[in-house]
Amino acid sequence: MAVEQTTPTIDDADTEPRKTGRRARPARREQLDPHQSRRAALLIAPTIALLLIVIGYPVARAVWMSFQQDQSLDPATQMFVPGGFAGLDNYKHWLLQQCGDATCAPGTTAAGFWEVVWITVFFAVVSVAIELVLGFWFAIIMNGKFRGRGLLRAAVLVPWAIPTAVTAKLWYFIFAYDGIANHLLGTHIVWFSDKWAARAAIIVSDVWKTTPFMALLILAGLQLISSEIYEAAKVDGASAWQRFTSITLPLVKPALMVALLFRTLDVLRMYDLPAIMTGGGAGDGNDTSTLSILVVQEVRSNFNSAAALSTLTFLFVFLVAFMFIRFLGANVVDDGGRKR
Amino acid sequence: MATTTATAEDFAGQDRATHYEASQPKTPFWRTTRTYLGVLIIVLWGLLPFYWMVVTSFRDLQFTFDTTPWPTHVTLDNFRTVFETNRGNHFGRALVNSLIIGAVTTVIGLVAGVFAAYALARLDFRGKYVVLGVVLGASMFPGVALVTPLFQLFRNIGWFGTYQALIIPDISFVLPLTIYTLTAFFREMPWELEEAAKIDGATPGQAFRKVILPLAAPGLFTTAILAFIAAWNEFLIASQLSNDRTQPVTVAIASFTGSQPHVEPYTAVMAAGTVVTIPLIVLVLAFQKRIVDGLTAGGVKG
Repeated sequence: MAVEQTTPTIDDADTEPRKTGRRARPARREQLDPHQSRRAALLIAPTIALLLIVIGYPVARAVWMSFQQDQSLDPATQMFVPGGFAGLDNYKHWLLQQCGDATCAPGTTAAGFWEVVWITVFFAVVSVAIELVLGFWFAIIMNGKFRGRGLLRAAVLVPWAIPTAVTAKLWYFIFAYDGIANHLLGTHIVWFSDKWAARAAIIVSDVWKTTPFMALLILAGLQLISSEIYEAAKVDGASAWQRFTSITLPLVKPALMVALLFRTLDVLRMYDLPAIMTGGGAGDGNDTSTLSILVVQEVRSNFNSAAALSTLTFLFVFLVAFMFIRFLGANVVDDGGRKR
Repeated sequence: MATTTATAEDFAGQDRATHYEASQPKTPFWRTTRTYLGVLIIVLWGLLPFYWMVVTSFRDLQFTFDTTPWPTHVTLDNFRTVFETNRGNHFGRALVNSLIIGAVTTVIGLVAGVFAAYALARLDFRGKYVVLGVVLGASMFPGVALVTPLFQLFRNIGWFGTYQALIIPDISFVLPLTIYTLTAFFREMPWELEEAAKIDGATPGQAFRKVILPLAAPGLFTTAILAFIAAWNEFLIASQLSNDRTQPVTVAIASFTGSQPHVEPYTAVMAAGTVVTIPLIVLVLAFQKRIVDGLTAGGVKG
């Protein structure tokens, strides 16, 4: 069905054969063809419209809500009235832990905010670091010469393809008190009632699920490096270590940065694994809560402060993305960088 | 440090392996062994936990924690339990829901994605990088930021517990995925062949049907798989915006209740997990090469 829909577009595009030759190359700005621009605008329009509906509008609404006060009961009419403009109160609620005029009491969702930020960052740093090292190692093995490449590729795709909700249940079972993890380790750990054990279990599950993805992205980068470069370096007397640090690392860096960026953002948004495995708790209160879990908890009680928190969450995620792209040189948009 | 050193040696090994005809008579035995040992570790990494899920799903409830590494106390009871509805589980319906949500989201994402990706891959226009940036930004967008506004909105307009309440937010991550993957595929396509066909006397329609369509089909197909898997696996938004009637499988599994109170129905949950995963595993086995191409081409995770 989707394929048939493309028919008119592509036919259309080729009624002007003179332009096709240039199309693949990025043209200089001054040579933009007005016909192409108009056609492009038409083709892009549905996407922009959809994104405005599914992301633009909700975000605008969330931002607006985050500056509203909660509705209150009007004593005169016994009706709920909208609370009006709240200024930065909903943000102060989280960032400065102000509940009304007082400091938020321990145990409230707001009081846990900075702890949850810390836990989210902790998950991101530890998971991504482990995935990076393991993924690099996987990628190097997969880049080698061996039989059974198809089997290997299918095997690494299995953790990726299993829904995260199922992954969570599977590892919840593996880490059950009588489960296989304690059996194999010879331990008697109650994994989900100790905060560090629960965090470790969540990180193990996440690393299991996403290391293959990391490995495949790094492998795509490794496959771009031609073996002649290594040959040349060897002729020049470079040691294995020198070849790794001055050929492999710099050349694989673009792929590596993209993989790092996407994985970091993914873990910062993590919800499924801790929500299903521990509900964000373990030990006490927020010990395995991520920002996403905190937002969901808050939605149940207060829309406006939840909106402020989700706005903070996505600002935080975009800040991290910006830093990756700006300072660490993750190149995600450029045409040339992703060629295979 | 130790790991990276090993890495460097591995590289030398791989390098030599590729060129052994020229430089060496034979790849050293220990290198081959080490490669295959690594391959074995990766295969076990991917398959062992999955294997454990399948084995457990066939095990009698009473022997849930049997640690024999092969199937023991084999029974199909767990699969029957999964599809029973008398304890408030609606797994069969959830499967249908996931299929509907996944299919509709995939079609919308693919249609809009094909248009946008064609423009991004083949046309030059002002604001191209702005569009790419917007799509990229959308792909980085945390799904949780949609929950609050949509929860309130859908409640107000009576959409709570409808399919559109789940499909609309799913488009927010499926559409960027299809655009990125398709753009990468379209950039690689040999569009010159279309010209060649027309020079040889084909009409634009014929050139499209006989040349472009067969060339584009694998990319479209791969993108559809990635999009469907992404929608099928979604949990966060569905857990907040669905009810018993529209609940997808991921939510159904997370909230699965067993026959006895306070006893976690592990074996039935593993059976449910197996049922949900098997179609994806079949897709992965059949199309692993293409899925890997699609994943790395788009650089966006499903």
